[in-house]
Amino acid sequence: MSMKLTGAEQAILDGDLGEVKAKVMKTLVLYGETFGAEKMVPITSQYGHLVTSFGLSVMKPVYELMDQLIEGGALSGQLFSVDPWPLDKNVPSNFIQNILFKVMYSNQTDYDKQLKKLGIMKDNAYTCTCYMEEVGNIPEMGDILSWAESSAVVYANSVLGARCNRNSGILELFGSIVGRVPYFGLLTDEGRKATWKVLVKTTKKPEAQVLGSAIGMKVMEEVPYIQGMNQWLGDELTQEVKDYLKDMGAATASNGAVGLYHVEGLTPEAAQMGESLIAENAQVYVIDDAELERVKKSYPVMWKNKKASPKLCFVGCPHLSYAQLDDWALKLEESLEKAGRTTVDIPTVFTTSPAVLEKFEQSENATKLKDMGVVLSSICPLMYMNNPLCGKMPVITSSNKLRTYTTAKYYTNDEILSLLSGKERL
Amino acid sequence: MTIFKGRVVVAGTTSAEALVSTAGFNTLASYQKSLMFGDKKAKCSDQNNPEIFEKAMAGKALCLPQTIGSTTGGMVLYCAAALERQPACLLFSKPIDSLAAAGAILASIWTDENMPTIDSLGDEFLEAVKTGDTITVEEDGTVKVE
Repeated sequence: MSMKLTGAEQAILDGDLGEVKAKVMKTLVLYGETFGAEKMVPITSQYGHLVTSFGLSVMKPVYELMDQLIEGGALSGQLFSVDPWPLDKNVPSNFIQNILFKVMYSNQTDYDKQLKKLGIMKDNAYTCTCYMEEVGNIPEMGDILSWAESSAVVYANSVLGARCNRNSGILELFGSIVGRVPYFGLLTDEGRKATWKVLVKTTKKPEAQVLGSAIGMKVMEEVPYIQGMNQWLGDELTQEVKDYLKDMGAATASNGAVGLYHVEGLTPEAAQMGESLIAENAQVYVIDDAELERVKKSYPVMWKNKKASPKLCFVGCPHLSYAQLDDWALKLEESLEKAGRTTVDIPTVFTTSPAVLEKFEQSENATKLKDMGVVLSSICPLMYMNNPLCGKMPVITSSNKLRTYTTAKYYTNDEILSLLSGKERL
Repeated sequence: MTIFKGRVVVAGTTSAEALVSTAGFNTLASYQKSLMFGDKKAKCSDQNNPEIFEKAMAGKALCLPQTIGSTTGGMVLYCAAALERQPACLLFSKPIDSLAAAGAILASIWTDENMPTIDSLGDEFLEAVKTGDTITVEEDGTVKVE
């Protein structure tokens, strides 16, 4: 092995802390060496974040590996949050779907227990938006992380200025176990330089989810430096702007493989370092209204009956913030009122983290949304959809991530409002 | 026969029939259904990838540029290997991505299965290789296509 290890790291690799930890370290070293890492660096964030939240019966090898870790004393050195639960009895499902969920996720209770032993930060720390204030897993700028979950990684890197590679599930836990990660890629100054200049030249504020999709499809795993957004987003990271970047980033990461983006004058590194972040010979991608329209029209419709009436609508992948829930409550109320309705035309689920939901449940807007027929949940819509029964359902969503991984059909936020109000028919 | 030389990520030797995806290989979307329903041939379930959709992946020499999609990707590859439904080898035209690397290394260290993994074979590799070709992988990263 060519990576230069410290005495403590070498001792772990040599088995001084047990055979299991030695295998964990060996995995990380080989992983780092594949990318030319010459050293490991300590994780500096308070918490980790894991992508594997689901007790899917077919993922038995993962749970057996977790057992090996627990039995070998290879527990996480830092507490962690984890992606959302795959189940919620409040989300509409029929009798057969319920049976399927029970079979599919028969390992859920056992896996939840494993997560507790391994070091989950709170019993309700199940969300893809762990960086929300209510959840409390918010890294500092410059922190080194061992996280997975593509939308959380791209947010932490871009909006918070933390440093994290696009780690795979299991590898992120391994980093937290030994407290170190190999130093390469997005952890380095060089790896954070933009190799694409994205010029946004639209005549109105671009839909976050479509803009992110366009960028992701074009730059794939590279780093874009986005210019032309200040007229739409200003130069301050307000909650509204952070929510916009959350949704845009999730689309860049799922429609491509973006782990970091810079927005000129806005995201922390771009605000500090400006165009010096752009690498020499960076490629250029111009996005105008026509380009966004082209990208949106390119999405395949995966429904068997392309004109079917939607049976379910999911909003909140990644999970909605408190401010977004408030905003949807207000807009939906107005939209229904204009349409002369009191309830939504399509069964609808808004998803948010358990911690945000707990707080939001106390508000008047939560009652309003429920009265309008909206189910509030902390489920992972992706996990709900990932089976043949739900996959055959005509589901609509304003999430480009959900569209990418499932058969759900994408609509903009305004189109969703219109559909929920029965003003627009497919 | 055409010969290519790449970088060894996980060493090993094998001979298998090629399965070629010229588009990014979405690991989760491709393996999701077969893992869920115990399909030992591991037929690809990624509807967005018509080149390999519904084709068996288990035991094939999977030729691809890189993997894309969810950060569960590496874990999914590890699961496929632990359940003995993994490709015979992974052959990347480009430098391997972090998710696929994690999967290949996890499979090599934490399972008894052999899944040689070679990257940086060059764009010409994906231009030359066709689904159904016979692939031979050697310990030093040599890949023979015939």
